[in-house]
Amino acid sequence: MNKRTLIGIVLVLLLACALPFAVSEYRNFQFTLVLIYSIALLGLNILTGFNGQISLGHGAFYAIGAYCAAILMEQAGLPYWATIPLAGALCLGAGFLFGLPALRLEGLYLALATFALGVSLPQLLKYHRLEEWTGGVQGIVITKPDAPEFLSGLNLALNQDQWLYFFTLAVAVLMFLLARNLLRGRIGRAMMAIRDNPIAAEAMGINISLVKSLTFGISAMFTGIAGALSAIAVQFVAPDSFNIFLSITFLIGIVIGGLASIPGALYGALFIQFVPNIADEISKAAPWAIFGLFLLGFTYLMPTGIAGAIRLGWVRLTRKAHHKPSRVTTILP
Amino acid sequence: MKCTPIVLAALLAAALASPAALAQKKYDPGASDKEILIGNINPYSGPASAYGTIGRSIAAYFKKVNEEGGVNGRQINMISYDDGYSPPKTVEMARKLVEQDKVLLIFQPLGTPPNSAIHKYMNAKKVPQLFVATGATKWNDPKKFPWTMGWQPNYQTEANIYAQHILQTKPNAKIAVLYQNDDYGKDYLKGLLDGLGDKAKTMVVKQVSYEVTDPTVDSQMAQLQASGADTFFNITTPKFGAQAIRKAWDSGWKPVHYLNNVSASIGTTLKPAGLDKSVGLITTQYLKDQNDKAWANDPAVVEWTAFMKKYYPDGNLIATENFYGWCVAQTMVQVIKQAGNDLTRANVMKQAASLKNFAPSCMLPGIKINTSATDFAPIESVQLVRFDGKDWVRFGDIIGK
Amino acid sequence: MDQFIHQVLAGLATGGIYASVALALVMIYQATHLVNFAQGELAMFSTYIAWALINAGLPYWGAFFLTVGFSFVLGVVIERVIIRPVENFPALAVVVVFIALLVILNSVTGWIYSFTIKSFPSPFPEQTLFGNKYMSSHEIGAIGVTLVLLLLLYAFFRYTPLGLAMRAAAQNPESSRLVGIRVGWMLALGWGLAAAIGSVAGMMVAPIVFLDPNMMGGVLLYAFAAALLGGIDSPGGAVFGGFLVGVLENVLGAFVIGNELKLAVALVLIIGVLTVRPSGFFGKVHVTRV
Repeated sequence: MNKRTLIGIVLVLLLACALPFAVSEYRNFQFTLVLIYSIALLGLNILTGFNGQISLGHGAFYAIGAYCAAILMEQAGLPYWATIPLAGALCLGAGFLFGLPALRLEGLYLALATFALGVSLPQLLKYHRLEEWTGGVQGIVITKPDAPEFLSGLNLALNQDQWLYFFTLAVAVLMFLLARNLLRGRIGRAMMAIRDNPIAAEAMGINISLVKSLTFGISAMFTGIAGALSAIAVQFVAPDSFNIFLSITFLIGIVIGGLASIPGALYGALFIQFVPNIADEISKAAPWAIFGLFLLGFTYLMPTGIAGAIRLGWVRLTRKAHHKPSRVTTILP
Repeated sequence: MKCTPIVLAALLAAALASPAALAQKKYDPGASDKEILIGNINPYSGPASAYGTIGRSIAAYFKKVNEEGGVNGRQINMISYDDGYSPPKTVEMARKLVEQDKVLLIFQPLGTPPNSAIHKYMNAKKVPQLFVATGATKWNDPKKFPWTMGWQPNYQTEANIYAQHILQTKPNAKIAVLYQNDDYGKDYLKGLLDGLGDKAKTMVVKQVSYEVTDPTVDSQMAQLQASGADTFFNITTPKFGAQAIRKAWDSGWKPVHYLNNVSASIGTTLKPAGLDKSVGLITTQYLKDQNDKAWANDPAVVEWTAFMKKYYPDGNLIATENFYGWCVAQTMVQVIKQAGNDLTRANVMKQAASLKNFAPSCMLPGIKINTSATDFAPIESVQLVRFDGKDWVRFGDIIGK
Repeated sequence: MDQFIHQVLAGLATGGIYASVALALVMIYQATHLVNFAQGELAMFSTYIAWALINAGLPYWGAFFLTVGFSFVLGVVIERVIIRPVENFPALAVVVVFIALLVILNSVTGWIYSFTIKSFPSPFPEQTLFGNKYMSSHEIGAIGVTLVLLLLLYAFFRYTPLGLAMRAAAQNPESSRLVGIRVGWMLALGWGLAAAIGSVAGMMVAPIVFLDPNMMGGVLLYAFAAALLGGIDSPGGAVFGGFLVGVLENVLGAFVIGNELKLAVALVLIIGVLTVRPSGFFGKVHVTRV
């Protein structure tokens, strides 16, 4: 990491910490959602962007994480913060297990399998034999956590939304660091090698099945943790919260944000959180049509996503002195 | 406004000079001398976008009221947001309305899951969540949730009425049930089973569900037919209701057919299915059906048609949602009227809970809205009707309070 | 037994719906090697055009053929105007463009025609054939139309120069260009053809499920599964897959696991088959070379 990036990140973090004191509670809540989405998108990006496995059903892992948190809080009486690692662990396992049979599936076939997962999971949540835990079609209402006592002792009285924002921010920073170290390390290089050339990767001694299933598990873990956070923030889970369009929205998020880019997850999260609201402001008659036009516009202008466009812009700015032609790699999953 | 002594004195003078009414003016956020700001959340996009038109017809009605001078001299301004029928988005939008737009109340948010998601929030914030567009039973719970109120007859009560009718007319009926696998379908199913009581186990011979994503309910209908049932309770939305009516006719199954009120529209369900195939259907109604020829010259339907032409010309005249929106908006206006100059959230709730024999012309003769501090269910009576191939024919008395 | 026959035949009828949409998916796949998620909405939009034409007083078959022609042109225009600029974009960016098309078509149609369901006329008699109580005449007729469409496609790709050129362009664009085939236009024709097939599918589906903007929402997943099960590069396979999925789902729902989970279990089975036979029943087996 060069100095400039480091300064950039510190600035962004400082800004993120100042934010809840500058905006209203409602905006606070919106930015908490942005952070949550960014963790979910990061998870999907690890799978799709860095490992080349497509998923049209990541909403399912988001749902599993959310229900895990909701059930543990409301039925087992666990504190909210304790549900996060448990939801992550559960989704890690679920993702790994789903990744095993999915190993034999590539491209379109994997798209179908994950699409199927995304469509079936809400139906499973409604299944009458699971109703005792999931609350069936009625879902589960959750109590919102208060800021811990010791903070007010420190003269730092935070309201619920501010506290939840900081809590989510802390988790998000942790997850982004984890993702960065993971992707820079051995396993990250193996993931990308498999994406770019599976046969060569195998020849180099990479255990493809293990890495691919593990990637699925890790990806599901990120998205599941995001799901758990969302349950706590929204205070409600129901099968209708996790329909197939959520999974599609995640896919839109990583493509618009930038495939195989860690900051891309944040850009994508901003897009999926705010652009539908803008579309709704523009037209009550056909908000989806406006949203579709936004999608077309972003894709045409930035085929490699917002992250790709920023990288390209940066390269153009800084490379003027050198006479090298700028080249941005496009990532084909 | 800065509260300088001069301003205070001027205010005091004004208050003393004017009669008592002005002195009693009380406002919560969203209300002022000039306007009343209310919020609304509707699915304009996503899988339930068919209901988005309710929001538009409500907005059109308020426009009409405002053009005619508003209520007690105040304009009603409604801010409506799209939640795409996704509960997390509903929470976001409700918070935007309450915390940023500072509305006096939220009117007619649609759907059981979206409303469940904001139920606790609205009550914690003490902002009225009025006349929600869902028929779940839980909205009538003034003790625990004094800031939430439903509007339409609840699903369980309606199903209960069919159960009583079956018990009276066909005590040995073998009943088959088709229901949508969600909160709405299960509420109706529960109402039927509770209504049949001990006899439910023997009388209900088959119950099958469908998902909203299923392309057809043909398979379910074949299962029900094979059960040998002679009575059919059809808990479906218009698209699947029409499919079920047609499929029963195509396969020669002729049970006594009870259709839930959700789909009991001649224009949106019966006509697409085929009027000849719908003969004998039994349902309950509380609103007039604007597509029913029996009401073609009724003043309410004539007035509504003129209203649609003038204020919502793009609106579909066949969609019951547009008639419903017009009707429920009248109830809202009535509450604001009753609240007078005391436009606090508490008083709005108090007025909503003291509607006495309110009967706008959109409702069937004999059906009245009554609420009290312990009764948060505005419409509790319905009328049984049977389809004769042209119109819904009313039979029996008004049932319920 | 009676119910079993009923379920199988009802499954064939619904399967016919999946088959016709799967056929359109296969057409696009052959041209572009991508699955067009907007295919269902495109078909739905075409059906609204037909509905408007019929309401304007056109006879059924006049409206039918006009709609097919219009859809063909619409498909070509979409390829030229919307898809062409993104041709060399990353695959997933193209998928996002498809999703954009899907939401735009859905929303605009709802805006123009409202979301209220509409009945769509059938060209087949209302009375059931031979007095059977299992399938309506329209359902039998729609299956017939799908099969005829399949035969026509087969003949087109096998015996006409244009069909051969399209196949060549899809299989080996470089060499095709060398022998003078205008590959770009072949892609556009592929889109046009897919949209035309989609419009026929829409007009056959609408009398069964009723016309509304979300008519194809539930169908797409089934059609996708059907196309893969049959073999994504085989039109015959797609049709076979459609019927198989329709019957499988009904039999599972009615006799094995109940309606609540029938979709989930059917999908698990399909994916199970695909892990064993990755190219589906009739698809070509692809060999990867280093």
